[in-house]
Amino acid sequence: MKPSHRAPTLALLPAGLITFVCFYLFIAWTFAISLTSSQLLPSWDFVGLLQYERLFASARWWTAMGNMALYGILFITGCLAVGYLLAILIDRGVRAEGVYRTIFMLPLSMSFVVTGIIWQWMLNPGLGIQQAVRGLGWEEFAFNWLVRADRSIYTVVLAGIWQQSGLCMALFLAGLRGVDPNIWKAAKVDGIPIWRVYASIITPMLRPVFFTAAILLFSLVVKSFDLVVALTGGGPGFSSDLPARFVMEHILNRQELGLGAAGACMMLATIAAVVGPYLYAEIRQKKGG
Amino acid sequence: MRRLPLYLMLSIAALMVLFPLLVMLSTSLKPLDEINHGSLFALPQDPTLAAWTKAWGGACISGTCRGLSVWFANSFAIVLPALFCSLALGALTGYALSLRTARWVDMLFAALLIGLFIPPQVTLYPMIVLVREMGLFGTLGGLVFAHTVWGLAFVTLLFRNFFLSVPRDLLKAARIDGAGFLATFWHVMLPLSLPVCAVALVLQFTYIWNDFILGLTFAGPGQQPVTVALNVLAGSQFGQQEYNVNMAATMIAALPTILVYLLSGRLFVRGIAAGAVKG
Amino acid sequence: MQRVHLQGIAKSFGATKVLEQIDLTIEPGEFLVLLGPSGCGKSTLLNIVAGLEQPTGGRIHFGDRDVTDLEPDQRDIAMVFQSYALYPTMSVRRNMGFALKMQGLSTAEIAAKVADVAKLLQIEHLLDRKPAQLSGGQQQRVAIGRALVREPQVFLLDEPLSNLDAKLRADMRVELKRLHERGRRTTLYVTHDQVEAMTFASRIVVMDKGRVQQCDRPEVVYAKPANRFVAGFVGAPTMNFLEGELALLSDGPALRLKENLLPLPGLWASRGLQVGQKVVLGLRPEHIGLAAADDVGTCPGHVVMTEPTGPDLYVRIRLAGQEVTSRMSPGQAPSPGQKVALELDGKAASLFDVADGQRLN
Repeated sequence: MKPSHRAPTLALLPAGLITFVCFYLFIAWTFAISLTSSQLLPSWDFVGLLQYERLFASARWWTAMGNMALYGILFITGCLAVGYLLAILIDRGVRAEGVYRTIFMLPLSMSFVVTGIIWQWMLNPGLGIQQAVRGLGWEEFAFNWLVRADRSIYTVVLAGIWQQSGLCMALFLAGLRGVDPNIWKAAKVDGIPIWRVYASIITPMLRPVFFTAAILLFSLVVKSFDLVVALTGGGPGFSSDLPARFVMEHILNRQELGLGAAGACMMLATIAAVVGPYLYAEIRQKKGG
Repeated sequence: MRRLPLYLMLSIAALMVLFPLLVMLSTSLKPLDEINHGSLFALPQDPTLAAWTKAWGGACISGTCRGLSVWFANSFAIVLPALFCSLALGALTGYALSLRTARWVDMLFAALLIGLFIPPQVTLYPMIVLVREMGLFGTLGGLVFAHTVWGLAFVTLLFRNFFLSVPRDLLKAARIDGAGFLATFWHVMLPLSLPVCAVALVLQFTYIWNDFILGLTFAGPGQQPVTVALNVLAGSQFGQQEYNVNMAATMIAALPTILVYLLSGRLFVRGIAAGAVKG
Repeated sequence: MQRVHLQGIAKSFGATKVLEQIDLTIEPGEFLVLLGPSGCGKSTLLNIVAGLEQPTGGRIHFGDRDVTDLEPDQRDIAMVFQSYALYPTMSVRRNMGFALKMQGLSTAEIAAKVADVAKLLQIEHLLDRKPAQLSGGQQQRVAIGRALVREPQVFLLDEPLSNLDAKLRADMRVELKRLHERGRRTTLYVTHDQVEAMTFASRIVVMDKGRVQQCDRPEVVYAKPANRFVAGFVGAPTMNFLEGELALLSDGPALRLKENLLPLPGLWASRGLQVGQKVVLGLRPEHIGLAAADDVGTCPGHVVMTEPTGPDLYVRIRLAGQEVTSRMSPGQAPSPGQKVALELDGKAASLFDVADGQRLN
């Protein structure tokens, strides 16, 4: 090795070690454990795919996966839509733009736990919005999703969109600001209505931003744990459970390490299936261009 | 006045974002009686800071009745060393990666970047085992280590991309001037990266302060961060829920990151954008 | 002062050869200029001398010392960059003293040396400013100052003037020349600007495609270019090239261009040049002039266009079916469309081989 390369190599040692051990070796470890009968503590009694069979036979797991799909689709679409709309509104050139931007991104600075508790309070059927609206005269008004097993996951969607729309707004705003102003001039000269310019010209141009934002939100969805813990506690029953919570509970509280590890590997597989092609395309594009 | 609809829509949106926070604030200023019999939308008739005082100094969490202040201090005790470790390691790693001395350096960066997407649940248990083997489980050191590991990919990405944008001539000049790897880093690159340090500082502060899962898993009984304590307080199913205290506690727990966000202004936005735009 | 000796230096990146077999000696105190178009390998060569890049072959000696495997700071060199590469976060004073600090000199020593050089370059009033607060010319001075402070054995400059505007560049040329005459340091200077090369160089090394095309004193490089590349690269407007056959008239040599015969009085055709041989004739614009009315041995031209530049006038002339450029003084100026009699200065003409472009005379 060249002498001038010695120090940088040495400096990369800790990060390299962490990457290798704490990322990849740990993934391998978890996968290996998912093939064992481990309960409270890891044991190396291999049982093949038994834990996966148990996992796939568990109604609770499928509820969690179904919730993740529903939550993912609604949350990502919602955030993208709201974020894009807010970004467009701000980009139309308003005064005090900084104030609006600051407000829209404010929830981002708060933890999921805080968000969960705030919305738990808002959605509390006895004292929250439902009760307040009834107090205004609509006696029949019902907004009790938090305590309805068939609706509780939507409260997670609502709180999630409230918190993360600002992220999308920031990304889209940066994208909109990067659009060549001459495009607007050209569209004006051609007499194209503003909504048409957004729909037919600007939105297609921002496709990479949509992708980036969606991928970012998607990885949030799979990791979602704190929000659901603080907001619904996975309930009522397990009706708003998510895979991340399922895994945490089986690993830490239920002494089902093997089953939890199998769930974790499925989470990773889900992420890999979506993010993998994206990263691959990204890297190929970089090499080509 | 053509722009009126524009401002109207923006203001409605802003109100919807702020509404839950205002409700939280107003609830925290009401006595419990007023909460139970009044409307969520009503402003406090008789504002009182009693709930805040109790949340800060008297609320019972996990058997101790000294309020959130204990856990608040815990959070600071975790955040400060974790911030230092993760920034120091991230800056140095980012600098070393930016030199791209060999092919494997870029490969290491890619491997590190993928780490951004690994759900913590996948690596949590082996991490517990490792931290326990190191004799750090349930200690502050263990938690700081966990935060450093989990923040490494993001901080490194931030610094590496910045250092890559520094003109190569500057590095050559430093080499000719006899500055080695560390001297160049310390005297030339690090002072240059102060804006990036600020961005990393703001975002890592926010992430670490807001963390729940690592605090829940790695912290010893007396050391848990404020997020965990808050969840215990608000999620407690026993006895009469004191909603005003819960709301005050929630605000207290959220206040540091809100303040950092408001004071840091654009840094936060820049960090979020930088984190989203991958290497 | 050190002699720098490059022996068989080669550099390739994978399959791409950037430098091939460079042999070069820079005499002690010499100001050697590396001149060439971008991508010719001159900056790579400078980086190799500096120790910023490792050659894939060959050795470098400073005096008797083999420095090929030494780090830049062990070579006792200083370098000025095109981008100046001043450390943005340090004041001018710290910029200039940084190398000395790295050498472990005491604060007092550093301060004294920085003060000396600052005085020499008249930048004392800038010492406490940051680079961003300086103009381009001031940054340039600081960059030079930072190099001078080290009192290096070898001074390396990589296109140091190309980011300056025309007037400042002219001033700095004079200043650099004066500095070199004062210190007589062994200097290696890379540029693509031939005016700079002509101004400074004790010798010019013209490079192209990773090879040394010619290495000689500026006036020789200008007057007797070693090949067609050097001939075309050095000199503006560029040299005129006419391809034809050598011929011999009763009163001297000439060039046959199809049916035209161009007399070249004074052409010194030596060594194996034969009548009828195909050659490329190279003539600088100043060597094509108007003939006096009673001269013999002139050739007829047809003025296409004139291009005044102030002191000189460049005239595009159609000569034997090809366009050539001639330099004249404004007073002589013919006007477009006019027919003129031209005189070609055979003594100053260069002849090149048609196939490989090497100089023949």
